[in-house]
Amino acid sequence: MLRQIGKRLLTVIPSLIGVVIVTFLLTRVLPGDTAAYFAGPAASAQAIEEVRKQLGLDKPLPEQFLRYVVDLAHGDFGKSLTTGQPVIDDIASRLPASGELTLMGLVVAILIAVPLGILAAVKQGSLIDHACRMIATAGVSLPVFFTGLLLIYVFYFKLGWSPPPLGRLDVFYSPPPTVTGFYLIDSLLAGDLETFRAALAQLILPTATLAIFSLAPIARMTRASMLAVLASDFVRTARAGGLSSRTVILTYAFRNAMLPVVTTLGMVFSFLLGANVLVEKVFAWPGIGSYAVEALITSDFAPVQGFVLTMAVLYVMLNLGIDMLYGVIDPRMRVEG
Amino acid sequence: MKRRDFLKSVTAVAAGSVLPAAPAVWSPAKAQSRQETLLIVSESGPNNIDIHGVGTTVPGYEVSWNCYDRLISHEMKTGENGAPYYDRDKFKPELAEDMNVGDMSVTFKLKKNATFHDGTPVTAKDVKWSFDRAVTVGGFPTFQMKAGSLEKPEQFVVVDDHTVRVDFLRKDRLTIPDLAVIVPCVMNSELVKKHADEKDPWGLEYTKQNTAGSGAYRVASWKAGTEVIYERNDKWTGGPLPKVRRVIWRMVPSSGNRRALLERGDADISYDLPNKDFAELKNVGKLSIISTPYSNGIQYIGMNVKNPPFDNLKVRQAVAYAIPYQKIMDAVLFGLAKPTFGAPPDAATQVAWPQPDKYFTDIAKARQLLAEAGYPNGFETTLSFDLGFAGVNEPLCVLTQESLAQIGIKTTINKIPGSNWRTELNKKVMPLFTNVFSGWLDYPEYFFYWCYHGQNAVFNTMSYQSKEMDALIDGARAAAAVGNTKDYDKDVKGFVDLAFSDIPRIPLFQPYVNVAMQKNVTGYQYWFHRRLDYRSLVKG
Repeated sequence: MLRQIGKRLLTVIPSLIGVVIVTFLLTRVLPGDTAAYFAGPAASAQAIEEVRKQLGLDKPLPEQFLRYVVDLAHGDFGKSLTTGQPVIDDIASRLPASGELTLMGLVVAILIAVPLGILAAVKQGSLIDHACRMIATAGVSLPVFFTGLLLIYVFYFKLGWSPPPLGRLDVFYSPPPTVTGFYLIDSLLAGDLETFRAALAQLILPTATLAIFSLAPIARMTRASMLAVLASDFVRTARAGGLSSRTVILTYAFRNAMLPVVTTLGMVFSFLLGANVLVEKVFAWPGIGSYAVEALITSDFAPVQGFVLTMAVLYVMLNLGIDMLYGVIDPRMRVEG
Repeated sequence: MKRRDFLKSVTAVAAGSVLPAAPAVWSPAKAQSRQETLLIVSESGPNNIDIHGVGTTVPGYEVSWNCYDRLISHEMKTGENGAPYYDRDKFKPELAEDMNVGDMSVTFKLKKNATFHDGTPVTAKDVKWSFDRAVTVGGFPTFQMKAGSLEKPEQFVVVDDHTVRVDFLRKDRLTIPDLAVIVPCVMNSELVKKHADEKDPWGLEYTKQNTAGSGAYRVASWKAGTEVIYERNDKWTGGPLPKVRRVIWRMVPSSGNRRALLERGDADISYDLPNKDFAELKNVGKLSIISTPYSNGIQYIGMNVKNPPFDNLKVRQAVAYAIPYQKIMDAVLFGLAKPTFGAPPDAATQVAWPQPDKYFTDIAKARQLLAEAGYPNGFETTLSFDLGFAGVNEPLCVLTQESLAQIGIKTTINKIPGSNWRTELNKKVMPLFTNVFSGWLDYPEYFFYWCYHGQNAVFNTMSYQSKEMDALIDGARAAAAVGNTKDYDKDVKGFVDLAFSDIPRIPLFQPYVNVAMQKNVTGYQYWFHRRLDYRSLVKG
């Protein structure tokens, strides 16, 4: 198992090198002049040149690239000009916010979509099947920022049930001492139930937004793959052998139907990270998505590079995790190293 | 897990996730702090809390204004909208207790009891060090100091521990006002020096993250892109102790949410909502809305006069008669701006700026002017704007495009990302564009020196060159320096008239600074920098 992971990690290195080069080049081709932007409204051409020099942007591209790679090797992602902080600190403090939100969204989506998909497959053509189709279609066709704004309008503005959409915690709470960076976990570790409740309350609407968006692929995939498995010989045999339908569906059919579902989950998770960018904007969520967008708008190179690199590493780890999971679910999938 | 248990737990969680959160219940301590805390929401926050820093963006100016003191500041008067408005001509002491203006210098006596946030007394040494820093670090602070003829460290002289003298390089009416803007703030020099090194002799890295002032507030916590939390400095000597103990400034990127937060009463103040929202909020009347025209600021349509077709005066006049002024006021700004067009034909030129010109929408006349200019069938050009302010710029340009099409000028709209706007302005090649200029120092000759003078500053976006204009502007500056009102008035009227008749840029309107607050929040003051001054705010 470990050897296998090691081998997989080795294959990752070329892709990471590729990502480093491509992001570096991409940020340099972006329109916009960082020096002019940060030299301020009153800058003369000379002042802009000064700022360009200070930022090291007057050097030829290969030299800039070399410096970037050397810094990267030392764990230095550079400095964000928009926030004024080292990019690595920014990402470290913002990644848990995005992570907590995305994971919550995914978990809620799974908890609703998987049972829904199973039920829809078992009772194909029934009311629940149609309901599943309806919910999935509606969820996927609403853009996330729209769902987000709609939920805020109804549950915060009109009904007042939800707390103000002001990010991870209401202004009058202080965050729990950082252990994992996930407020829900940290507040429980600190035994602070009030903060836990406040953090959870802030999470409900953005989580719901993400969950609604990601219901569709999970539910549809569960249903399709369950249908295929339910029609197969071993299920017929199990039924003929007199096993209860509960055992047939959950133990035999679902376990075999899980593989494509897990693949879909990986995919859903990665596009949820993307959808996050908009949800974070709407809910003033201090995550890395809104961070990257802000940086992009001001042609602030370092955070954009840092963001893409972090995302690349995340995807790689995610894929690795899913591959490992395959092996656990289906022994036939274990690749021999 | 058994299937039944599994399904049970699923339904329980699913049910839990759709149940609304109960309305928040505050413990008494939290309710108390809510009373003494002001919550401000705005789109973006600071990237550096030191105005002397490299690339400090405008939100950082607000931090500097509230956390540092200057030697002097301005008195308040009542503005034309009835709300407090800074008095350009009346100064009041802040760190200084006395100001003595001589012929070629000004001497300040410092308050003896003034201390920095860490308790160190404020001395003349600190003042000199801070001013030296402002004129040396380069970039915006140095530029702004220069605008008031404050250019060299030798100008700042320590007389004794509590006396400092500023020598004039030349007579300039703007020197004293320039000492009351945000840039010449006084820093705790010993504290900052401790954090300076050879590579960073002015300690810019330290002040980027920390406040080292004597101001009414200090930054207690700053999470870039998320929030700034201020605590009041109870030992402030610069003025009466502010009423608000704590200020929390949260960044809320979505303007719809900022409005919702205000309307629900969760946020106390917001000042960067779209005009449409302000217009609607004004009508509803649940919040106090204060709108003030930018001092010395105008949004305009500029034309590059270096190149054809806009090097032709008749073409420029034709464009000026083809702008849909009133439509822009109504449909783009929802009335929230002060027009700078359509003065009656017999109106006399004022010694003031901004003031309205005599252009109005007259398509027939525009068409005729264009024909006289030799373009009876019009021409094609591009109309550029800054996407960073797309909320106003985009509809404004679309309306202008439609209107210009009526006289045969076909325009392609060129949207330029905010990060690239200044680069494009600097190149001075855009034929037709809209932009805003506003100056902190509210003097006509100041505006004209930057926008119309042949020195061709960045803000002379039209590349306008005119010997006559330069003579009038230089004349007004010289007359102002020695207090010669007669010549000054003549020259100001002269350059305003010339700017209108030569019309290299077409003034459209003075934008408004709109601030929306809860009814129990009072004490808002308009300042030249247009940011919030927390020190005067009161939460009832």
